[in-house]
Amino acid sequence: MIRAVFLATGLAMLSLPALAATQAEAEAALAAALAAEAEAVAAKAAWTSTESALTKAKKTLADGNWDEAKAVADEALTQAKLSIEQANEQKTSWRNAVFR
Amino acid sequence: MIKASLRRRFAVALNMVCALLLAVAPATAADKTDPEADRKALQAFFFAKFPSVAKDEFGNGPYAVNEGMRKQWKTIMEFPPYEIALDEGRAEWDKPFANGKHYADCFDNKGEGVRQTYPRFIAETGQVETLEGAINRCLVENGEKPLDPMTGMMASLTAVMAESSRGKPFAIAIPDDPRALAAYERGKEFFYTRKGQLGVSCASCHMSPAGERMRGDILAPALGLLAAMPIYRSDWGSMGTSIRRISTCSSQTRSVPLKADDEEYRNLEYFLSYMSNGISIVGPGTRP
Repeated sequence: MIRAVFLATGLAMLSLPALAATQAEAEAALAAALAAEAEAVAAKAAWTSTESALTKAKKTLADGNWDEAKAVADEALTQAKLSIEQANEQKTSWRNAVFR
Repeated sequence: MIKASLRRRFAVALNMVCALLLAVAPATAADKTDPEADRKALQAFFFAKFPSVAKDEFGNGPYAVNEGMRKQWKTIMEFPPYEIALDEGRAEWDKPFANGKHYADCFDNKGEGVRQTYPRFIAETGQVETLEGAINRCLVENGEKPLDPMTGMMASLTAVMAESSRGKPFAIAIPDDPRALAAYERGKEFFYTRKGQLGVSCASCHMSPAGERMRGDILAPALGLLAAMPIYRSDWGSMGTSIRRISTCSSQTRSVPLKADDEEYRNLEYFLSYMSNGISIVGPGTRP
């Protein structure tokens, strides 16, 4: 029983650093999201939802909330990538929608 | 015997050639830029979709296709909300620039009854110029500051020009210039391209679903979409030009709007206005 408690405590302690984001990780996530969004803007494909997520990521980073900042920046990165993917896919598929 | 075999082989070869042609021909015909064919197809679609709507009513957008909204609009039009902008625009139009020239000096026929010919393709720049772009070019060429192309005095001035074109059908020209045709094609591409987080295109709202309700709004048909511009929009509480409305559409799809004078927006206006050739100008207008 005691052994099991020690084991569980040890495992919990080991998993803690993985759950909590560091300032460096949050900043890196934001930098990656900003770079992807810049690419989307250059392609005239940016989404307002990405921009909202970036604004929130910057604010939470400034507030020192690294966990939330990283999570929101990751979401912004996903959306920026999706917007670029959408623009690339539509480069040819728009023709399928043309009314004839 | 040999003759029969040759005939069979010839028939097989002919079938293969025909099949190949059938497979290739529709794709090439559909992808070929033919503005007039596009216009005829789009107009035929809307005339069939709304058989009781008179051709010139299409410029009135949702009021042409929804009886309830039409009744409200008739009441609103007893005191048109764009009247103040018209008064402001007329005063500005008559005011000379610092060099003594006027807005009228920059336009054909002194700016009277020419709105239906905008946007235009300008050979010197190789680009499309909107009415707002022409007004700003006029200002800059006469040493004045350009206006915000979306609202304010720009909307008032375009209201004056639109009023002088009321009843005149859109007459957008696509000159025999591959750059003009390319601009038209880019505008068409923008119209049909899905954008924003919602993944919708202009066509997603203004083609087949036209006349249907999207939340509180009645979707206006693509035909005549810009004929009432500029508009007083209740949602804004102020006047706005075509580009303000298009920019708002971008936001509504959760797409980051482009710059007001972005080439893509100008090309879109070129395409949309060409599609409405033959539909009368009814601007300035009102919208919910």
